[in-house]
Amino acid sequence: MSNITRERVTAQFGDKILATTEHFGELAFVVDKSTIVPLARFLRDDTALKYVHLSDITATDWPEREKRFEVIYHLYSYDLTEYVRFKVHVADKESVPTLTGEWDTANWLEREVFDLFGIPFDGHPDLRRILLWDEFEGHPLRKDYPLTYETPQFTYNKDQPPEVIK
Amino acid sequence: MQTETMTVNLGPQHPATHGVLRVVLELDGEVVIKCTPEVGYLHTGIEKTAEAKLYYKVIPMTDRMDYLAPMSNNLGYCLAVEKLLGVEAPPKAQWARVLLTEITRLNSHLVWLGTHALDIGAMSMLLYVFREREDLLTIYEAVSGQRMMSTYFRIGGLTDDLPSDFEPMVRKVIRTFPVRFDEYENILTNNRIWRNRTVGVGVISKEEAIKSGITGPILRAAGVKHDLRKVRPYSSYEKFDFDIPTQEASDCFARYQVRLEEMRQSLRIIQQAIDGMPEGRYLARVPGVVRPTKEEALFQMEAMIYHFKLVTEGFHPPKGEVYVTIESPKGELGYYIVSDGGTMPYRMRVRPPSFVNISALSKLVVGRLLADVIACIGSVDIVLGEVDR
Repeated sequence: MSNITRERVTAQFGDKILATTEHFGELAFVVDKSTIVPLARFLRDDTALKYVHLSDITATDWPEREKRFEVIYHLYSYDLTEYVRFKVHVADKESVPTLTGEWDTANWLEREVFDLFGIPFDGHPDLRRILLWDEFEGHPLRKDYPLTYETPQFTYNKDQPPEVIK
Repeated sequence: MQTETMTVNLGPQHPATHGVLRVVLELDGEVVIKCTPEVGYLHTGIEKTAEAKLYYKVIPMTDRMDYLAPMSNNLGYCLAVEKLLGVEAPPKAQWARVLLTEITRLNSHLVWLGTHALDIGAMSMLLYVFREREDLLTIYEAVSGQRMMSTYFRIGGLTDDLPSDFEPMVRKVIRTFPVRFDEYENILTNNRIWRNRTVGVGVISKEEAIKSGITGPILRAAGVKHDLRKVRPYSSYEKFDFDIPTQEASDCFARYQVRLEEMRQSLRIIQQAIDGMPEGRYLARVPGVVRPTKEEALFQMEAMIYHFKLVTEGFHPPKGEVYVTIESPKGELGYYIVSDGGTMPYRMRVRPPSFVNISALSKLVVGRLLADVIACIGSVDIVLGEVDR
């Protein structure tokens, strides 16, 4: 079932697909960040695929890598009833093109990634923090953000900040 | 004549925002011209906390996201970890999971119906649905000891066997609920006020709904016949016979009809599950990964050792990543889990249906009256615990 996706995407994009994996029966492509928007459009508009539903955008942080972040997209096709995943690797402070032009869902999902990981999205119309407040410092889902650090520091614990578990 | 728009904060402590949703509305008179939902007041960092917990210790946190549908959240997480491990729950556990997630669906939809009706003026509905909900919470309590945060599903099966008085309680639900649903319909479906407040309110086209990532009953009310339980069956759903209700109108009334019919379909599934409940183990027998049952741990030395090792050290799933989605009462609930081979998830991402659905709120309400905003928020069916996580 996912073979058709694999064939069509490989035929269309060729060596722009940096890697293709299929673990646990889940198809995933790794692409360069310039390929995200064309690939997403192709997956959505191709009549044999029709991945019209943007299910999720998220990221993972691998601090030891040269490009520490992976931004991960999940698309779903109502016709194939299949998910497809594609990812892009970016370094710290490097931006990723937005998908808000293709899907309205991307607006909030990208804001969440920006909020919790600090990955900026190029061309996003409203890139603000979404879950945390605007004055918050840091991005909690990065691996180097301490787990138990309390912000804001209140007056009662200002002199004796709580123990920080790394 | 001077025309000036007015900005109104609806929430975060407004009783009709179902928790702590804040909606910043720009009004021209009583007509909404701009609507910006603000979320995050209930952010608890569950995804961050999960990275520092053993796999099985994450399960109680999943309850606390969508606290009206705890078992659906448990199920999604357990299925994701089971996929990572290559473990399959035994038939009895799968059927019990189906039964209990359908009870969860009833639970969630009942609270939705009561609060939605309360928001737009039908106060008595809340009292009726909470009467019925009591029967469901009694089942929760019987199986797990808890009425809300059940944490009943485990990786590889269930916490404990179903209790002996489980069947009569479920039979009572099957027997009494259809009559109750008829009562609700008598109160609401042809009620003039209810129809005035819901028919033609909050319309979103099929294309817009897909573009906005809307899933679940709202999408089905827009005419998309799609249900993950049917098209990507998990936990033996393929063995059950049920229909997917759809509507074309895509307004608040259509969503009400879809959810009411879904509750009737849930009863059908519950009936089939209780009639055909298989015998056998409630936990898979996979040493080193799935906890042994209490009896085994007390009477077999190897089981005791495995139990000790699992509780103290946990298990090491293979490296990799999985994305598992289920049809929760609110829509498509997804778990994306990345394993680096350690005993704790390297990353756990929850794809929250309420979060995505409420992001499309402005499309439902712009151009309509302020009072319709309340009806629209209600019809989207959000739980802020899940939106903010």
